[in-house]
Amino acid sequence: MFIKLFKYSIRDVARSKWLLLYGLFFLLLTEFLIWFSSDTSRAVVSLLNVIIIIIPLVSIIFGTIYTYNSREFVELLLSQPISRKSLYHSIYLGLTIPLVMAYLIGIAIPLIIQTDIDISILLIILVSGIALTFIFVGIAFTMALSFDDKVKGMGFSFIIWLSLSLIYDASILLLIWLLGDYPLESALIIVSSANPIDLSRIMVMLKFDVAALMGYTGAIFQRFFGGLTGIIYSISVLLIWIVALYFIGRIKFNRKNF
Amino acid sequence: MIKIDKLEKKYGKVTALESVSFDVQSGKIVAIAGPNGSGKSTLVKIILGLVRMDNGEIYINDEKLNSHFQYRKQVGYLPQIGRYPENLTVKEVISMIKDIGGGEETFEAELIDEFELQEHLNKEVRTLSGGTKQKLGIILAFMFKKDLLILDEPTSGLDPISAGKLKKLIKERNSEGSTVLLISHIMSEVEELADEIIYFLNGQISFREKVRKLIEKTAGINLENSIAIFLNKGVSY
Amino acid sequence: MILKLINIIFCLCLINSVELIAGIIYVNPKDNSGIQTAVDKAKDGDTIIINKGVYKQNSIVIKRNLTVIGKGEAIIDGSIADGSIIYVESTKVHIKGLFFKNVKRTAIKDNAAIRLNNSEGSVIENNKILNGFFGIYLARCNDFKIFGNKIYGYSKTESSSGNGIHLFRCTTAVIKDNYIENHRDGIYLEFVSKANIMQNHSLLNLRYGLHFMFSDGCDYERNKFERNGAGVAVMYSKNVNMRNNQFHNNWGSSAYGLLLKDIRDGEIINNKFDNNTVGVYMEGSNRLDFKRNDFIKNGWALKIMGNCVDNHFNQNNFISNTFEVATNSKQSYSYFDNNYWSGYTGYDINRDGIGDVPYSPVTLFSVVSSNNPEALILLHSFFIQILEVAEKVFPSLTPETLKDKKPLMKRIND
Repeated sequence: MFIKLFKYSIRDVARSKWLLLYGLFFLLLTEFLIWFSSDTSRAVVSLLNVIIIIIPLVSIIFGTIYTYNSREFVELLLSQPISRKSLYHSIYLGLTIPLVMAYLIGIAIPLIIQTDIDISILLIILVSGIALTFIFVGIAFTMALSFDDKVKGMGFSFIIWLSLSLIYDASILLLIWLLGDYPLESALIIVSSANPIDLSRIMVMLKFDVAALMGYTGAIFQRFFGGLTGIIYSISVLLIWIVALYFIGRIKFNRKNF
Repeated sequence: MIKIDKLEKKYGKVTALESVSFDVQSGKIVAIAGPNGSGKSTLVKIILGLVRMDNGEIYINDEKLNSHFQYRKQVGYLPQIGRYPENLTVKEVISMIKDIGGGEETFEAELIDEFELQEHLNKEVRTLSGGTKQKLGIILAFMFKKDLLILDEPTSGLDPISAGKLKKLIKERNSEGSTVLLISHIMSEVEELADEIIYFLNGQISFREKVRKLIEKTAGINLENSIAIFLNKGVSY
Repeated sequence: MILKLINIIFCLCLINSVELIAGIIYVNPKDNSGIQTAVDKAKDGDTIIINKGVYKQNSIVIKRNLTVIGKGEAIIDGSIADGSIIYVESTKVHIKGLFFKNVKRTAIKDNAAIRLNNSEGSVIENNKILNGFFGIYLARCNDFKIFGNKIYGYSKTESSSGNGIHLFRCTTAVIKDNYIENHRDGIYLEFVSKANIMQNHSLLNLRYGLHFMFSDGCDYERNKFERNGAGVAVMYSKNVNMRNNQFHNNWGSSAYGLLLKDIRDGEIINNKFDNNTVGVYMEGSNRLDFKRNDFIKNGWALKIMGNCVDNHFNQNNFISNTFEVATNSKQSYSYFDNNYWSGYTGYDINRDGIGDVPYSPVTLFSVVSSNNPEALILLHSFFIQILEVAEKVFPSLTPETLKDKKPLMKRIND
């Protein structure tokens, strides 16, 4: 039953012009950076810097709008002999997979075809992009299910995006500034990695800026950023985020009064 | 057919249904009426599984409902405002429900004919007018023969001719054995279609009576008038 | 048995006769008297050939101008006693092709595999040194050459280790084609002048690959420095020229490709600094000329402190560095012109290859993170990028005078 539903759900989302625009945006951005940058690795860093802001923003906004708009669709389907679980799966995946596809078509494929991109860099691009899509669609879903009022839900979604992409880092900087005399290393790693956007950013850093990171005296930073530890840790935490949001969404969806 | 026992539902602090119990016999058309916010939509949504009940029990065909979903194979539902996946075409929506609904005998062809939907089949849902969307809803609800039909304001948004066709369809299905729960506040429609009326006020059943009997009893000129007279007297059973 | 004995006697006679004719003395591992005896026996200008084998000997003192050559794998193992393996206290000594092993580590004496005091015109060539505390140690020597030696150390901490090649109060030296790893400093020069250091490969040294202290008028060229605490440190010296060297992968909290401290007047040309935590770090350094160097993928390409004056940076490539230039001052007394910066986003309307907008390579974040190193964890943060834009519009923390007024649009290729 899930497959049947998923088919229709994905067909619905895939035809949205916003999705097309989203894919096109990435395509243009990637092409622009490929053509106008003399230095591929810095171009990829710039690309990733844009990605880790845009993906959460689009995922959360598109996700929230879509979830609200699909309210009646859900009602229609729930009056059919369908379990809530399979409906949840079809909506969640029907939303994330087209977004991920747009991302892959817009970014990954041009990079693979047109540049001699390093496999580990490509992996970071794929992992962070896909993970961020899943996480922020998950957040959007949870918000849209938590608030019946569309404006409220949209507002909260946007605030969450703003917090995680901007206010969070501003607070960290403030913290460092205020408590600079204390040993903050482990705390900073934990706090930063609690935020999926920062996690993706850290993965980029681990790949491109290890030389600079090694300049910091702390042993914990050295160990974290030095070997594979950082990457493995980042990927695990991203996975935890995805799984946690998946279950939160599922429980919310299951209890929801439509 | 349906048996409801001490059904309760609160939204936060607001009570939507308070200890509601009733049953509906097979083959009847029962109207559920009452002012806005009286709990009739909640009731229907609980029966459909759209809303989770707090307390109470519901039996359909003697089978207790507990978060399983197979029973909905026996239920056809026409929502008040049907909104459908916007980017799918009418055809796709119909075939999706056909796919999922899983009955053998379908009446979609006749229904498309009857409600003149052919020209809209390849249009995407978001381009449809309200009335056309409602027609699409009718096709989805009546595509299969169902034991139970739950119709929420079925004629709203329809032109008089289509509304007439729909009423005819309801009667037809009823005569073929479907039980119908009709939510409506168009009393003429209730009078025309329903055997019985269950009237909700503030989340409770205010009264339940055979339509004919109510009019007789209150000597009203029509059902609307009778209900007014009845409620003013405040007679209770 | 008797036959064998006769044979040996015959051989010894033969050696003696050869020695008398050509001034060559052979030493075999089975000679109980050892190398010292041969050395004592030799006259000025003689050659001592040490045959293949293991010699457990120490503190061999050479007081005449001899040539000592190892034939085959002649291993001298110094582990039996404290002290250096060979002391040279004479001029024109040539030591070639020997394999030195295991020099005692002490906190009191600078023991070495080969130690030269007050020597002139000596040559140390193609030796191999394994686990020498110091490898080759020269004090008060002039006009000597150190060629093609391979020096491997087992250093664990800076305080318990010695230098690969150590020069103290020497003049006019050529140090060429040596391979040095895992010492405190690969090559150390203190009060040395006119040293020419070429084509050496120095790696994995705990402190510096090459270290100048109070050493003036030295050149080093075409050397390779990898994964040292810092590639090269030049301190309290003047007129040191550095050309065509490579500085790779010097990572760590105080790791630099090149560390310049209190030096003046020198050229730094055509070097390549890549993947270092800091490419070049300079403080109190004046009148240096940086030209056509490549700074690639360093954490910081250049850290230049406020007390550096009158340095010139021209035609260098700064490519893919996390930070291009960092400084601790709001003023800059050095000059940047015609460099290529991969971080430059300006335009060139008249197509003369020079960007129309000056470029400030010091970012706000490099200032912030040098005051609060932990802030590095916010690298590439959206929030930081917004601050950078604000800083570009209203500079408040970055030095306004540190600017490349003629940034190049394309990198310089040699």
